[in-house]
Amino acid sequence: MSRMKSEEEYRKTKAFHFFRWLSGEKDPYIGNLEMRPQKEYMRAEDSILDRMRESQMVMDKVYDTRHNRWLLLFRRFYRIMAVIFCIMLAGLLLFTVSYLPPTGNASNPDNNEVASRYIESGMQETGAVNIVTGMILTYRAFDTFGETNVLFIATCCVMIMLMVEDAELKKQEVMNDRRFEPKNDAILQGTAMVLVPVIFIFGIYIILNGHLSPGGGFSGGATIGAGMILYASAFSFKDTQRFFDEKVYKIAKISALCVYGLIGIYYYVTGANGIENHIPLGIPGHIVSAGIIFPINICVGLEVACTMYAFYALFRRGGL
Amino acid sequence: MRFMHYSEEEGCKVGANLLNNYGEAVAMVLFVIGFGNLMLQSNLIKKIIGLNIMDTAVYLFLAEKGYITGRAAPIVADGVQSAEAYINPVPSGLVLTGIVVSVSVSALMLSLTIRLYQRYHTLDLDEISLQLKKEGL
Repeated sequence: MSRMKSEEEYRKTKAFHFFRWLSGEKDPYIGNLEMRPQKEYMRAEDSILDRMRESQMVMDKVYDTRHNRWLLLFRRFYRIMAVIFCIMLAGLLLFTVSYLPPTGNASNPDNNEVASRYIESGMQETGAVNIVTGMILTYRAFDTFGETNVLFIATCCVMIMLMVEDAELKKQEVMNDRRFEPKNDAILQGTAMVLVPVIFIFGIYIILNGHLSPGGGFSGGATIGAGMILYASAFSFKDTQRFFDEKVYKIAKISALCVYGLIGIYYYVTGANGIENHIPLGIPGHIVSAGIIFPINICVGLEVACTMYAFYALFRRGGL
Repeated sequence: MRFMHYSEEEGCKVGANLLNNYGEAVAMVLFVIGFGNLMLQSNLIKKIIGLNIMDTAVYLFLAEKGYITGRAAPIVADGVQSAEAYINPVPSGLVLTGIVVSVSVSALMLSLTIRLYQRYHTLDLDEISLQLKKEGL
């Protein structure tokens, strides 16, 4: 008795429809959903000029404040009301601030037992000397995971909107980009040659010492991203692509997020069920210590560095 | 219950802390400046700058809230671990969250602005809405 399904039976299953949709044979939206196509995007120079002239004409007609008294009145009214509203808002907020407890007072209600608990037993429980890092990556690790996801989703959205797929258009974008920039600027390139390695090493130092000194994954990642941006703007995107192209970007970003998620799951499951945690905390103050903080910092640093560079590359030329 | 000990006779009369809380007052003024930018500017890039000023005001407010006079940054030094030696670490963590979200939101808004500019060849919100009306959308 074979478990193979007959052709007709297979046609009824969901898997058949799914794979047909996946291979693009049938689009379920066509015919079932009303779709209004966007107006074609015009690129030609004269159409742009036409459009500008037309828009200027409409502007002159509509915003003719010399003849259209009501519009003039409305504009003035809007501005005056906006200023009055801002002043009222400022007054309200300052009034509230004057009721708040004084700054720097140790007995303020926000300096409660949560903060003192973090300070008093944070180093024993997390192994981190830097209490803020210990707090955000262990006690509040779920929150930080959400932040990392926000960064990931933001890059995805920017990619959807700005990524240029067409090879011809991409070439055009690169040409446009070079038109506004001096090619091979000697001062910039010389400075970048000296600075970029130092910036990279400093960023790695910040990430690796996140649990010992000020810093951590977010600031270190931003530093490395800044170094990559300097390298890309001093030389060219071709030089950056030798070590960081789309493939490396995808692997680094997704694996960093997944590793962070897996470490987080391990931590939550063991913590919630009272299972013994086998990640050693080490001796506070040593570079390899603090349990999960060290790997999580590296993951967050990778994620942030990729995000920063991806934003720059996407905004400048619509691709990595 | 140390945290419930806040009271009026410790020199914090209600309504009289405006000069003492000057950092928070500056944060509020910054917030209103950003909000005014959002309302009064019609250029989209300037609106985004206004929103970023508002974000900065919130960070300043949080940093002011966590500060305690005469105490050190919350990094354990020389093994001292009493709560009386360090400032409140919670607002510092919240500022970090705020910065990350603000970066993401700014990038998203700027990319939307680029798309709008590519389609309408203007950054002015009034003109964009005018052209939208003309297209019947």
